[in-house]
Amino acid sequence: MSVMVVRKKVTRKWEKLPGRNTFCCDGRVMMARQKGIFYLTLFLILGTCTLFFAFECRYLAVQLSPAIPVFAAVLFLFSMATLLRTSFSDPGVIPRALPDEAAFIEMEIEATNGAVPQGQRPPPRIKNFQINNQIVKLKYCYTCKIFRPPRASHCSICDNCVERFDHHCPWVGNCVGKRNYRYFYLFILSLSLLTIYVFAFNIVYVALKSLKIGFLETLKETPGTVLEVLICFFTLWSVVGLTGFHTFLVALNQTTNEDIKGSWTGKNRIQNPYSHGNIVKNCCEVLCGPLPPSVLDRRGILPLEESGSRPPSTQETSSSLLPQSPVPTEQLNSNEMPEDTSTPEEIPPPEPPEPPREAAEAEK
Amino acid sequence: MASIFVHNLQELRRSASLATKVFIQRDYSDGTICQFQTKFPPELDSRIERQLFEETVKTLNGFYAEAEKIGGSSYLEGCLACATAYFIFLCMETHYEKVLKKISRYIQEQNEKIFAPRGLLLTDPVERGMRVIEISIYEDRCSSGSSSSGSSSGSGSSSAGGGGAGAR
Repeated sequence: MSVMVVRKKVTRKWEKLPGRNTFCCDGRVMMARQKGIFYLTLFLILGTCTLFFAFECRYLAVQLSPAIPVFAAVLFLFSMATLLRTSFSDPGVIPRALPDEAAFIEMEIEATNGAVPQGQRPPPRIKNFQINNQIVKLKYCYTCKIFRPPRASHCSICDNCVERFDHHCPWVGNCVGKRNYRYFYLFILSLSLLTIYVFAFNIVYVALKSLKIGFLETLKETPGTVLEVLICFFTLWSVVGLTGFHTFLVALNQTTNEDIKGSWTGKNRIQNPYSHGNIVKNCCEVLCGPLPPSVLDRRGILPLEESGSRPPSTQETSSSLLPQSPVPTEQLNSNEMPEDTSTPEEIPPPEPPEPPREAAEAEK
Repeated sequence: MASIFVHNLQELRRSASLATKVFIQRDYSDGTICQFQTKFPPELDSRIERQLFEETVKTLNGFYAEAEKIGGSSYLEGCLACATAYFIFLCMETHYEKVLKKISRYIQEQNEKIFAPRGLLLTDPVERGMRVIEISIYEDRCSSGSSSSGSSSGSGSSSAGGGGAGAR
């Protein structure tokens, strides 16, 4: 009898979380809804490396050194591990305010601004804070009903506020934020190294074998080589450029979002108050600093009386603002912060490497 | 011991009703590190001494500063984790998680000793996404029901609080 009771299904918190994320493995894995391009990334990496290990490595291990496939395997495993870490982890989502908290903040805002007549759009809600002797504005998020911490931004694709929001990357199928930025950086770094490595050793392989049996014969024997070289060539330009751009951002302790919006550049703008002024210190903080755990508590168990009433949190948002939930975010965002409808949160699939590359080139 | 605290909290909930909640917001004057404002909310004026409240918030801020401290040990942890492709976190707890456990023990202790006897309950900020410290103010049904009779009615309704367990 007691065994029957234990086997009753529990509702975990991830099942009732608002936002447009998908969860797998009973809440252990968290990703964005559109995962098609992520599968493409996996396919390209796995496919190219399988071909490399199956064909070129066998020849090069014998002719040159067995260390070649070993090092390639290490790079491959490291980049896959960091890719999966980036894609599956919580980027630093800020949970939405519970009704009590939201009401408290609304009361505070009304106390400072005065009540808004019915039917009129409320004025943009901004709080000013001083950080390291510079004024930084905190903006109110209408969807999450919180004042966003500095450097946080609302991702319209995932419909969540994310701390230290960098960008939404369709190639990893997740947002890149405070908690997974270092994994993302290590992924693109190791992928660049892997691409250069595979590309270089493909050339070496073709050169060595052509000396013995001729160029055309080599290509006929291992046609996969051509495919690998093509994939590596195109990947090189995009991923290496992206790594360079992010190295630049890490050295200055900036996010892609801030860079594209030009938050800290220009004469009339304030200097980046989060930079330590020292490249080494900035790199150490961003890549090796302490890692805050996820505050989402995806695997917590919902008490039985709450599990039936939780869904209204998304419906409340939509009914209190406008009928459909994606629309009010866009409209109100354009009302309060015109520059927030820019590209970082909605980068279309083929383009992600290009704007940062252009920005990097413009910096030169 | 935990069962005693839960029992006392259930007693508190039965004998007291939730009057209101106060939210202590984050203080961003030192950047994005986790710190809470030490400004004393007027709703707690009749309930708790200003100094006790400020001491609690300052201690919490100290804990969070310790968790987010950038120094030799955090770099070592970061580099070691990177060298193992972050698989080490499957078996090891991060420094931040250890400090968060310390914080939740501290909050439980504060609830038992200081807040519950005054009819208040601190909620661990981790349960509110590190945005706010939520302080629930309870009114005691057993007494006259006025919120001003803080400590005397509070000590009658609950002895040890056990707020942390209940807040989960």
